[in-house]
Amino acid sequence: MKTGWECENRGSFVYNKKVMDHFMNPRNVGEIEDADGIGEAGNPHGDHMKIFLKIRDDRVEDAKFKTFGCAAAIASSSMATELIKGKTLKEAWELTNEAVAEALEGLPPGKLECSVLSREAIHSAINEYRKKQGLEALPEQT
Amino acid sequence: MGEKRFVYMDHAATTSTKPEVVEAMLPFLKEHFGNPSSLYSVGRESKEAVETAREQLAKALGANPEEIYFTSGGTESDNWAIKGTAFARRKKGKHIITTPIEHHAVLYPCKYMETLGFDVTYVPVDSYGLVDPAEVEAAIRDDTILISVMYANNEIGTIEPVHAIGEIAREYEIPFHTDAVQVIGKIPIEMEKKERNVDMFSLSSHKFYGPKGIGALYLREGTEIDNYMHGGGQERKKRAGTENVAGIVGLGKAIELAAGNLERHNEKMKRLRDRLLAGVLKIPDCRLNGHPEKRLSDNLNFSFEYIEGESLLLMLDEMGICSSTGSACSSGSPDPSHVLRAIGLTPEIAQGSLRLTLGDDNSEEDIDYVLDVLPETVEKLRAMSPFYKSENACKK
Repeated sequence: MKTGWECENRGSFVYNKKVMDHFMNPRNVGEIEDADGIGEAGNPHGDHMKIFLKIRDDRVEDAKFKTFGCAAAIASSSMATELIKGKTLKEAWELTNEAVAEALEGLPPGKLECSVLSREAIHSAINEYRKKQGLEALPEQT
Repeated sequence: MGEKRFVYMDHAATTSTKPEVVEAMLPFLKEHFGNPSSLYSVGRESKEAVETAREQLAKALGANPEEIYFTSGGTESDNWAIKGTAFARRKKGKHIITTPIEHHAVLYPCKYMETLGFDVTYVPVDSYGLVDPAEVEAAIRDDTILISVMYANNEIGTIEPVHAIGEIAREYEIPFHTDAVQVIGKIPIEMEKKERNVDMFSLSSHKFYGPKGIGALYLREGTEIDNYMHGGGQERKKRAGTENVAGIVGLGKAIELAAGNLERHNEKMKRLRDRLLAGVLKIPDCRLNGHPEKRLSDNLNFSFEYIEGESLLLMLDEMGICSSTGSACSSGSPDPSHVLRAIGLTPEIAQGSLRLTLGDDNSEEDIDYVLDVLPETVEKLRAMSPFYKSENACKK
């Protein structure tokens, strides 16, 4: 998609139908008032995601998000929340941004990083939950 | 919301080619295929068509036809002006003065000349994007060989004081180039009067309802400049390459129409623009970028807080509205346009920018439609934004 004059330098790109669907009709937008885990991730001045998890029996019962960012960031937030709903916390923790991008049937070059936000926000929410449970924070794998 | 419609509001990017222009071009894509350099009759027909277009363009600029050189467009004209002048005058000095808000077709040739040992001063602009002629004068050195300042900015529409800058350039006997790609058909040009201190003037046909791939560089008689394209002896041995005859004919027709319709065009643009401006500014946390008065009649550039431009552009596109943004997110990091940065916008504000540029094909109904769709779209994205906490949202 041509986003205007700046594109003269970076080349134009097109989002696929699946990405556009999750961008135009994002799933799980909003907040959970009595969330069990709340997480945030973002770049300074850039994309930012806030995620709210409802957790029961070590499973993600519900997930909602709010995201500031480009279409790839919003679509990834939507898809990531869809993917972790009903999953165990371990499975949710292990969700990779590649898996999110794959579920979206691919992101344009340079936009894959925009999906990292979701993983970081999920990790932050899970650790916030663990902290409240008196558990140790899980370490980020490097 | 009413029925979905197609609204093109990105005329600063390009315009549609007028039917009369296409009509004028067609014979030169069909039966009049001759090479203007050939001596036989089909060649002569093409040659005559090129010279007629040169006269049309010269008349519209109040210039002599001998001062007009056809190029492949604005980018080539800018590249030629910058590099051609720098190379021709390199023994006199290696200093170039320009601004940080130029189009990349000026900015990047200047950056390139820096890699060859030239020294470039980027005279800063104020928060409206205005260049101060006094600062241009202050930047002049003994070894300054070129000043290049755009006539009007393509992103924020600010019109620069090129006459005052031209006067200074003339006084110091420094060649003055202006990228005037955005002003044709909007600001009357008189090379022998108002613009008498402009030595080089770039224009591009597809910005004024002509075809793409054709433009021109006006070179005042006596301007010292090296060739950019080397090869055949076309364009009085200054720009090699077989002429784009159909394109040149189209440019000639388009500029004739644009110059003849300038006042009526501006009147219509201002009427539509001012109504759109007033309507959009009713959206909370929104600001106009660029100068409130010293701006092109068809340009509006807004920043909406709490949202990101690419998202806004794509949502408007889904509703049939074509616009442009100064936000470009790559690798999760914002990369706001160099113009919005130069006028001092914070990355947050620059990211939420939206450019709407009006044109001949826009109607009052288009304005109604945008004023219907835009506030809802902004609200939809803000509702999704973790940064947005309006009083209303809290109450809900």
